[in-house]
Amino acid sequence: MMRRVVKKVFAGDEMRVGIVAVAQTAFDVHRALRPQELTYLAVKKCLEISGLPFRDGYEDIVTCSSDHWDGKTLSDVEHGEVAGAHLGPGEVKVSMDGANAVILGAIKILSGHAKCVLVTACCKESQVLDPSIIENFGFDAPYQQLIGLDFTQAAGLQAVAYMNRYGLSHKDFAQIAVTERRRAKGNPRLLAREDLSLEQVMESRMLAYPITVLESRVPCDGACAMVLACEERAKELTDRPVWIKGFGSCYDHHNLGDRDLSQPFALKKASFQAYEMAGIKDPAKEIQIFELSEHYSYQLPLWMEGIGVCREGKGVEVLGGGGQGALDPEAFNPSGGLLGGVPRYVAGASRVIEAFLQLRGEAEGVQVPGEPQLALAHGTYGPAGQHHCVLILERGF
Amino acid sequence: MPRRTAIVGVGQTYHKARRPDVNIGELCAEAARACLEDADLTVGDVDAFILGNMELFEGRYSQDMWQVDFVGAFGKPGIRVTTGGTTGATLACVAFEYVASGVYDTVMALGFEKQSEGDTRAGLKTVSDPLWIRWLTTGAIGYFSRQARYYMRETGAPEHMGSLVRMRLAEHAKRNPHAHLRLEIKNIEEAMKAPYLIPPLRQTDMCPTSEGACAIVVTSEERVSKMARRPVWVKDWVTVHKEAMYIRGGRHSVEDLTMAASKLFRRNGITKPREQISVAEIYAPSTWAELEWLEAYGFCEKGQAWRLEEEGHFYWNREFPVNPSGGVVCTNPIGATGLIRVAECALQLRGDAGEHQIRREATLGFATAWGGSGWTVAVLLSAQKE
Repeated sequence: MMRRVVKKVFAGDEMRVGIVAVAQTAFDVHRALRPQELTYLAVKKCLEISGLPFRDGYEDIVTCSSDHWDGKTLSDVEHGEVAGAHLGPGEVKVSMDGANAVILGAIKILSGHAKCVLVTACCKESQVLDPSIIENFGFDAPYQQLIGLDFTQAAGLQAVAYMNRYGLSHKDFAQIAVTERRRAKGNPRLLAREDLSLEQVMESRMLAYPITVLESRVPCDGACAMVLACEERAKELTDRPVWIKGFGSCYDHHNLGDRDLSQPFALKKASFQAYEMAGIKDPAKEIQIFELSEHYSYQLPLWMEGIGVCREGKGVEVLGGGGQGALDPEAFNPSGGLLGGVPRYVAGASRVIEAFLQLRGEAEGVQVPGEPQLALAHGTYGPAGQHHCVLILERGF
Repeated sequence: MPRRTAIVGVGQTYHKARRPDVNIGELCAEAARACLEDADLTVGDVDAFILGNMELFEGRYSQDMWQVDFVGAFGKPGIRVTTGGTTGATLACVAFEYVASGVYDTVMALGFEKQSEGDTRAGLKTVSDPLWIRWLTTGAIGYFSRQARYYMRETGAPEHMGSLVRMRLAEHAKRNPHAHLRLEIKNIEEAMKAPYLIPPLRQTDMCPTSEGACAIVVTSEERVSKMARRPVWVKDWVTVHKEAMYIRGGRHSVEDLTMAASKLFRRNGITKPREQISVAEIYAPSTWAELEWLEAYGFCEKGQAWRLEEEGHFYWNREFPVNPSGGVVCTNPIGATGLIRVAECALQLRGDAGEHQIRREATLGFATAWGGSGWTVAVLLSAQKE
């Protein structure tokens, strides 16, 4: 049984947090731009859209970046400054997936300590020659680090556990990469936009069985920014706000051997909290858009099972169009997901942004038909999804 | 809706230069356990975890992942925040926000540092911009020798003032069982024998590199009555950051400290800080910084701090106790240091500080952290609800 930890703060006339404006840089290899310059481009664009002045328009800033990927200690010295933190609003750096920065921004507003918060996320992956060295240092020193694991290998172990448990094949996962990349073609914000054949995907370089290079997220550089505001302020700033209706996060065990890798336990708990907060009883029926952080192709069906929209082991079937009645495979990652190239750390925040754009009807190139009312955005971080967070967004106009 | 929040438990490890007996996870577990024992809670009572430290100092990546099973965060919501020297105080502020938001009832903030695992100075050097100033960065010692020289020139403070501050803090540290550096200094002549790092900064003027962890438990107004410990109420908190190029033009500035304190004091009706605030636990990495910053915060006029120091005004049993725990120059596990300031302040307001309990009535406490490119986080705690 899951213990109730989250109270329904949004029920009735309680305070709501709105997303007012969003911006993303193009996700690409930006050789000529430093990480903080990428953040600045996103901040500038976002403030232009919201009409807020630099530094004086908001009381708090939440940045998201990593010392390891920026190659300097205290990476937020720069990211904070370009977001306006010099002798102005306060600044906090979240050093995990960007969706957590959005959650912290919302919490700051709910706490009454700020009315308007600027959230940024940035990563310049192209300046890291070998990510696996950094990732290896993310495992505990006495045991798992010594084996030489990196996050791709941990993901490989997870994919195999998932395959074995439900009788899935490598081909099932490769097909997901083909579909995702086809959708990414329509999204001008992504780096890798091309049609791939199943053979191409399966025959591309094997990273860690069953994950091939075309089934993993394309590393790239980029930043994003968004303005969050309390209900009153959000309504002043835009007539088309999107509300953050609920959120949740959860840590799983660190030792891969302590986990059942085929069961995304932490995601189940994180989404349960978010649904409870948002008052959602049947996510599969109530939510129209799901933007999930699949850093590798196998993760999309696995995370679908984690958020409770389909039965365990049935994710692949649903994505293939053979799912349980109401579920439309097109509802999952209409943006093209992460496989088309979204930088890490930006990944989760970018899911929130893509969901926001869908709800506003502004998802250029990948807009779903109709008027979606509710969307789910998801972020994950750590080896084989050790930490998950989920946000529920609602169209507010 | 925004709610009142209170600290209902604090815990810290013993701080040492090296702790080869424990790994990072075990070190954090010590603090988490001490904190839960102090609050008389079990880990099941904690709804969310706020974790943090300096990202590069241990040479490890995403350390919250490893901490999870040791601090009890498995299966719980959590977030990792890192803001350099201010990390500890930021952890506390984020915990206050988590509870005040009404989403989580009881939250633990936990910070640590285990510096013998990596190279702190190599990590710290990369704080400066690789394109412009990394080649001339001298780390904390360079910055604080310059600051000491500046303070002497501006206020006419004599050179033995740094050692005088150390004598007070050494006396405080002796009374605090958790303090790291416990120097036996008989008189000022002996203190002045310490070698220079960069004049006028002596070895005894600077903070040590410590290993340790600290945790606090924060809860909501509704839950306070069910708690074992007397609550320490959180009155307000503020963060002020400065630009990256803090050494531009060779000027020395303490604007961040002044702005943080004046914002906090203005919002909470504090007009005579030294009278209204009973105890200050300030994050001053060198003895000279402590003098200058007491002035910057507005506790005394410019140039007055060293005169008050000469009169012994800042001792634990005197009019305005400053750093009765021994402060940062006695104990500095960086990711935990800011949190220790908040925790020590809470202990004083609760009346549980033991041998270093201040003698004046403890009503309001002021805790700060400093770091980054000249950033300040300041927290105001109160023994009474209103």
